[in-house]
Amino acid sequence: MLLIYCPYCEEERSELEFRQAGDAHIARPTNMTEMSDEDFEAFFFLRDNIKGLTFERWRHLNGCGRFFNAARDTVSDKFLTTYKAGLPRPDVSTLRPATEATVETYEATESNAK
Amino acid sequence: MSGANRISGAGRLTPAKTARFVFDGRSYLALEGDTVASALLANGVHLVGRSFKYHRPRGIVSAGAEEPNALIGVERDVARQQPNVRATVQEVFDGAKIVSQNRWPSLSFDVGAVNNLLAPFFAAGFYYKTFMWPKQAWKHVYEPRIRAAAGLGVSPTEGDTDHYANRYAHCDVLVIGAGIAGLSAALAAAKTGARVILCDEQPEVGGALHFDTSVTVDGEDGFAWAQATAARLARMDNVTVLTRTTAFGYYAQNFVGLSERVTEHLARPDRRLPRERLWQVRAKRVVIATGAIERHMVFANNDRPGIMLASAARTFLNHFGVAVGRRVGVYTANDSAYEAAFDLKRAGVTIAAIVDSREQPSEEVLAEARALGIEVLAGHGVVDTSGKLRVASMSVARNGGGSARKIPIDALLMSAGWTPSVHMFSQSRGKVAYDFDTQRFLPGTYAQDCLSVGACNGTNDLQATIEEALAAGELMANATGFSAPEKLELQGSNAFAWTGGMAGSAEGAGPDTTVKAFIDFQNDVCAKDIRLAVREGMHSIEHIKRFTTNGMATDQGKLSNIHGLAIAAETLGREIPKVGLTTFRAPYTPVSFGTLINHSRGDLFDPTRKTPMHALEEAEGAVFEDVGQWKRAWYYPRAGEDMHQAVNRECRTVRETAGIFDASTLGKIEVVGPDAAQFLNLIYTNSWDTLKPGRCRYGIMLREDGFVYDDGVVGRMAEDRFHVTTTTGGAARVMNHMEDYLQTEFPHLKVWLTSATEQWAVIAVQGPKAREIIAPLVEGIDLSSEAFPHMSVREGRICGVPTRLFRMSFTGETGFEVNVPADFGPAVWAAISAEGEKVGACAYGTEAMHILRAEKGYIIVGQDTDGTVTPDDASLSWAVGKKKPDFVGIRGLKRSDLVADGRKQLVGLLTKDPKVVLEEGAQVVADPNQAVPMTMIGHVTSSYWSENCGRSIALALVAGGKARLGETLYVPMPDATIAVEVSEMVFFDKEGGRIHG
Repeated sequence: MLLIYCPYCEEERSELEFRQAGDAHIARPTNMTEMSDEDFEAFFFLRDNIKGLTFERWRHLNGCGRFFNAARDTVSDKFLTTYKAGLPRPDVSTLRPATEATVETYEATESNAK
Repeated sequence: MSGANRISGAGRLTPAKTARFVFDGRSYLALEGDTVASALLANGVHLVGRSFKYHRPRGIVSAGAEEPNALIGVERDVARQQPNVRATVQEVFDGAKIVSQNRWPSLSFDVGAVNNLLAPFFAAGFYYKTFMWPKQAWKHVYEPRIRAAAGLGVSPTEGDTDHYANRYAHCDVLVIGAGIAGLSAALAAAKTGARVILCDEQPEVGGALHFDTSVTVDGEDGFAWAQATAARLARMDNVTVLTRTTAFGYYAQNFVGLSERVTEHLARPDRRLPRERLWQVRAKRVVIATGAIERHMVFANNDRPGIMLASAARTFLNHFGVAVGRRVGVYTANDSAYEAAFDLKRAGVTIAAIVDSREQPSEEVLAEARALGIEVLAGHGVVDTSGKLRVASMSVARNGGGSARKIPIDALLMSAGWTPSVHMFSQSRGKVAYDFDTQRFLPGTYAQDCLSVGACNGTNDLQATIEEALAAGELMANATGFSAPEKLELQGSNAFAWTGGMAGSAEGAGPDTTVKAFIDFQNDVCAKDIRLAVREGMHSIEHIKRFTTNGMATDQGKLSNIHGLAIAAETLGREIPKVGLTTFRAPYTPVSFGTLINHSRGDLFDPTRKTPMHALEEAEGAVFEDVGQWKRAWYYPRAGEDMHQAVNRECRTVRETAGIFDASTLGKIEVVGPDAAQFLNLIYTNSWDTLKPGRCRYGIMLREDGFVYDDGVVGRMAEDRFHVTTTTGGAARVMNHMEDYLQTEFPHLKVWLTSATEQWAVIAVQGPKAREIIAPLVEGIDLSSEAFPHMSVREGRICGVPTRLFRMSFTGETGFEVNVPADFGPAVWAAISAEGEKVGACAYGTEAMHILRAEKGYIIVGQDTDGTVTPDDASLSWAVGKKKPDFVGIRGLKRSDLVADGRKQLVGLLTKDPKVVLEEGAQVVADPNQAVPMTMIGHVTSSYWSENCGRSIALALVAGGKARLGETLYVPMPDATIAVEVSEMVFFDKEGGRIHG
């Protein structure tokens, strides 16, 4: 169970209080009716499903009820930061965790198999 | 005497404190503090189980949680039976009933042992290859038989009568393991004042001090020091010491799951106590002090009862006072086994010989062996054993061949060295690194705020362990903001430093042999099985594991993983770290489902939501149905009525007189603020600017993709205040949907949303006499149709309490929905019911409600729509504002697929035979004579017997449905094909006059 820092409550709370709400920084266009099919497809249907650093929305559902944004590493599950809705994407370079060497697990050695 | 093999003066149990228990029907005497394993060994019982696949006789291998063989059932009563308990972990209690497993008809004569003779047919992966033909046979013949024959233990047939507890705990430093390392770390951390939790899986702290009696700490006997230290820690306010508590899972952000066995060791536990307690610990820092597990030697027939780990024999002797044999052999590749031989020898047991695979054991242990008169055969191997139900001899040969010498024994101790327990570290997502010098996987890169100390960190030397642990305890406490003025110091000493160890198959079990040299006792996996797996093309250790089942089941390869890996590496011709280690996963040892489920069962499994009027409806004889978490009155049968009759009467009464319905479960959201109308304009397809205060409108909500998301009636209470209703099931997600848009897309709007679902009790009064029923109770509202037309809302009083009174209808009749503060619901319901009774009205339930609305063609979102239905598909285009510049879903509605011809559209279906009621979900086809699979053009979404229409009615989603009015379609069912005619969706009062009455 993760601990998540709510930028509105300004404290870490248990994951049980939160709900993930999809990718962040996808603004609803103001000219909806004029969008091409391709633009609408990109806006509504297509997502990158990133392995690694991802920006996503969470809601402190069973807390203050606010939606906010988070930068999370989908491999380690680590939250790098959370920030209020409407704020710009934080600087990624200062957030990325030091890469970890190694792994003797299957995933890492698979490519070496004869 | 509690067993013939109990040695007077040995061990730490008290001879006077006895307990009697039954094993497979025979009664035995044990001492308090015994495990089932030590008590059985004290009584000379080595045969305790049969192996999984070959049904070979098996004995006790270890003295701890790593035990692969000695799995037993513990039976307290018919409901409380626990299978697959490790005999080395279960403490004996007076009256315990223990049974062996996986044998029939008895342990000493087991029919399944024929599998041992058939072993050539049961090679690794045999069932992937054998049971492939004929195809159907897998499901009907092979799988049921294999399932019956396989499996460990038998689960109880009755529900668990025990209860389980759950605690969340926070601490600065969690120390996992209370051996000398864990205790030292906990001491150092506790001294700073940091909040410390120390847990250990055993009944008492001490870890390896249970068997290593040569250890002293500050001059005191090591085990005694450990107990005194734990007692000292337990007395400190900032420390919690938990024994019989296994850290089974290490999760993200130092979240560690502990399972505490509270009453498993008690003869007559207080039933108020939980059987087990789940601790969910959030630790700022974690010290992992989980020690190491001794490995067995891999040689031919190394699985006979009486063959066990050297450290286990030493534990049985030094802690339980039990000699595991009278004439004991030792087979080792490591110094530690010598100490077991020395202790046994000093206790009067004959040591037949120490067979050491190494040419040059360390001088210190050789000297001691000489002094004690023990024969050491260095550079030798045990190449075979004999003995049917217990080991009787070992055959010893010089490494590299030569004739074997058969030495009679009644127990054989083995040690191939020690495997650091990196389970917790690995579960924390730390990456282990292979240490070539010592041939061990050790903690490498840390992923979380934890530190490994002692044997699990590869630290062998006692004093080094203590110093490392003290430093770690202090460091971790410092990191959480605590510090102590001075450093702790402890001085430890022990007899020997251990060296040596090997991984993989030993002498006589190499690649050129076909002997049964077991690496995984629990899964009956031999060295040759690993080699076969490699030959058959499994090159990843994960594939080898699954092909051979090595390392699976309850022990998860605690003994076998390293051996399996070494043999795989040797066969593949690669270095061990290049082959890779299988991932360590939680739980470390099995955790009972009861502990994990905890309180979440029975009434506490899920919240039950009841409306304010629930008790009254119950008293009226309502039958309830579950709608999500809600209990809703389904129908109200009267004496002699079945459901059908009750529902028909309710439907008739509503249209003839009036009915009273509990609509409290509808979602209600108060939308308030200067921009409230503008917000609703964006959320709903309808236009809200034109809605005057005091009027209502049916609204449709879409998702951005254009599909119907929810619907409901919205009343405008004032310019800046709307009373929004949602479907019962949609209440929470609609609230979330609205909040999402308000907070993130339209944050400039000044609007507040408040869920009011549970604040209002809602009583619908529907039917020609509805007005007559409520009129005597209402104050301050003119109920006439002129003053209060259909789709209006007024505020006033009913029965003297405030009400929001809606004139609206989900039945097509003149209708009112009385909203009163929830607490007044029962009183108002009772008053309305009393008035209703005077005119012959009755209460009606959700079934009648469904039929009445279907008679009018009113849809239910989620029943007649399924997330792929547009407003137009449901004939609701009239509710979509054509001139609106924007609303959620406006662009989605324009997608080419959503405006294409031939979409599935909602229509009515009338069966040609009016008595036939279609099944909801049934498929609709155009050509009943088409070969299967037919072209399905739609399905039935709602279908009922309509008493008011005197026939069946149905709604269906049918491709191009609106253009098919009058067409005959077919609904093929298993027994008959039903002809239907496509109709309008309204079946009753098509002109719609009744609603305005």
